[in-house]
Amino acid sequence: MTLTFNHETCSGCRACELVCSLQNMKIINPSKAMLRVMPRFPEPGIFEVAVCNQCGECADVCPTGAIHLVKGTWRIDMEKCDGCLACVSACPENVMMVNEDGMPYKCINCRQCVEVCPRDALSFN
Amino acid sequence: MLYGYAGHTLRIDLSDGNIEKHPLKQEWVDEFIGGRGFTAKILYDEIPPGTDPLGPDNRFVIAMGPLSGLFLPAAGKTHFAAKSPATGGYGDSNMGGHFGVTMKYAGYDVTILTGRAKEPSYIFIDNDTVEIRPAGHLWGKGSTAVEEILKKDLGQEFQILTIGEAGERMVNFACISHDFGRQAGRTGIGAVLGSKNIKAIAVRGTQDIPVFDPKGLLKKGKATYAACREKPGFKGWTPEGTAGITNWCNDVGALPTRNFATSHCDYADKINGKAILDELKITDKGCFSCPIPCGKYGLAKTKLGSKYVEGPEYETLALVGSNCELADIHAVAHVNWVCDELGLDTCSGGAVVSFALECYEKGLISQEQMGMDVKWGDLDSIVYILEKIAKREGIGDVLANGVKKAAEKIGNDSSKFAIHVKGLEWTGYESRNAPGMMLGYMTADVGAHHNRCWVLGSDVANAVGGDKDANVHDLISQGTDFKVLPKADHKNVVPLVLRSQHLRPAFDILGTCRLQYMEIGLETQYYEELYYHATGKKLDFDKDLLHLSEKIWHLNRMFNKREIPDFGRKYDYPPPRFYEEPIPSGPNKGHKVEFAVIEEMLDAYYAARGWNENGIPTKETLERFNLAVE
Repeated sequence: MTLTFNHETCSGCRACELVCSLQNMKIINPSKAMLRVMPRFPEPGIFEVAVCNQCGECADVCPTGAIHLVKGTWRIDMEKCDGCLACVSACPENVMMVNEDGMPYKCINCRQCVEVCPRDALSFN
Repeated sequence: MLYGYAGHTLRIDLSDGNIEKHPLKQEWVDEFIGGRGFTAKILYDEIPPGTDPLGPDNRFVIAMGPLSGLFLPAAGKTHFAAKSPATGGYGDSNMGGHFGVTMKYAGYDVTILTGRAKEPSYIFIDNDTVEIRPAGHLWGKGSTAVEEILKKDLGQEFQILTIGEAGERMVNFACISHDFGRQAGRTGIGAVLGSKNIKAIAVRGTQDIPVFDPKGLLKKGKATYAACREKPGFKGWTPEGTAGITNWCNDVGALPTRNFATSHCDYADKINGKAILDELKITDKGCFSCPIPCGKYGLAKTKLGSKYVEGPEYETLALVGSNCELADIHAVAHVNWVCDELGLDTCSGGAVVSFALECYEKGLISQEQMGMDVKWGDLDSIVYILEKIAKREGIGDVLANGVKKAAEKIGNDSSKFAIHVKGLEWTGYESRNAPGMMLGYMTADVGAHHNRCWVLGSDVANAVGGDKDANVHDLISQGTDFKVLPKADHKNVVPLVLRSQHLRPAFDILGTCRLQYMEIGLETQYYEELYYHATGKKLDFDKDLLHLSEKIWHLNRMFNKREIPDFGRKYDYPPPRFYEEPIPSGPNKGHKVEFAVIEEMLDAYYAARGWNENGIPTKETLERFNLAVE
């Protein structure tokens, strides 16, 4: 089960970014969200959203084995993570984030973005 | 801790380059809450009396509200304000998109520009870093190009606002453009930015906005999105957005046609929301956090080329479409694109072009003066006039000052069909059979703008009774047989007008879009609860917020009194066309508003407001609202 995005219905409102930061970090700050709305204007005039599709490439490059699979979701074990950020540069979707302490964090499939998206552009398949 | 606010005011003196960041004034927060409350207070307090709107002493204010940028529907409105070059009085305009919220994430609730930059410049804001940078490479460029250049240079995450050539040349209806299709169009706000030699503002903001109760806001925010989903208008109104009202306006005889000569056309189906969906639309394009995106981004194809453009929304369909007799959706969308690129408000732009076409038709502007044989409904003619205006060339230099000043220059009774109030062109609702709507336009602080009041439903379709509010979706989908309904009664409109004039600014104060309430009927109590979770303070929508709206109404009236030498009742009259010429065609054929009715409505309105018979707030009224102004 992974998060998927449908650009046909997305209108670029970024409610997903808002709920992501508020649900997971208890803050209002879409720039820290674990998914990212990317407008493509003026041409071709569509929105794309970068989401974690749980591809696992972050885990492949993690030198300490901190990134592990829990029920279909790649999670970071912060006890093992040494903050090398190899996972950040390896992420093909650019959604492995870095917090103010320089440590990585990522989508945990909380599904709040799917619940809130008013356009049903995000789904969990 | 000031919850719900970024907490700072940014002050930039463009003349000496001084940039200061101050804590947001508690006095502003306590008394005026945000957004349009802030702009009213700041303009009155900080603009020296008698300031030239296009001079360095005018203030250009950007303000957001306490709900802007938070997790709730459509929290993306930005308010701009300045003394208006169009009216000489209080001026403001707002836009959606993502600019204002990003200013807030950068740390600023309010930004105040004064002075004039020595050279064409743009303002760079990256959280705490604020710089005035040269913009010679951007000067003369269209809004799309400026946005593309700055995003490429600075990063896609920067939000850009820009003026076009019209703003550079201080056209009285120059707009601000943002996000490839959003505009703050009215009151000549783009001309004020141009007068300050500021081509653009680029901002990146990555900071938190502190809120009182994050958990409560998360829960209530989700509940509010869910509530929007349950409204019939969520699915019924959103597909066409504001354009969905076009046929309804035409059916009730309120669609401005041929420079407001009449109120009905026989080609509404060609320029309505369905035509946009069938012919133009690529994607829905919403503003920040909006669940009901009214923006329809598409591709317009005409003999003048293929152009990507957001819109047209209803006002553009009315003012550029039927009011210029342009009966083709691609052509209307192309003109929309031209206006956006040149930085012209499509409302005033359409109204000024239609005025010019009527002057030309009547021989008041010669072919030699015009420089082209222009025609109603002709794309080439309309684009030609708009380009002349933006470049202030020939007759364009006269028209660039708006229909009021252009009519003064052209003479020959052209002022009778110069459709404006206070110097601001009328927007998309012909009101000879809509006395409440007409009174709303007449008395709006900024001039003839529907942003301040919309009671057309109760006027022409008897859609609501008493002070009950109808949302637009329910109104236009109810399928009423308008022919059997009684004509609106001017005697009952004042309470409805007052309520609408207080309701609409309320959302501007909070920093949200009003369309969730106005178009699909989201209840006001959601805003009360969201406000509490955001700020930690209780707010009664009717008692507190509408009271503040009313207070702002008095304050702005006093600003106009101070700034316009002979300001008073005569500035509230509609153009003579509306009380001298009966509507010649359509469902309201033969109808006009008698001048005596206009006077009667103004008397009743002033009395209800606590203003004297010249429309000036009385001392008692000002004291009642704790306004120490003269």
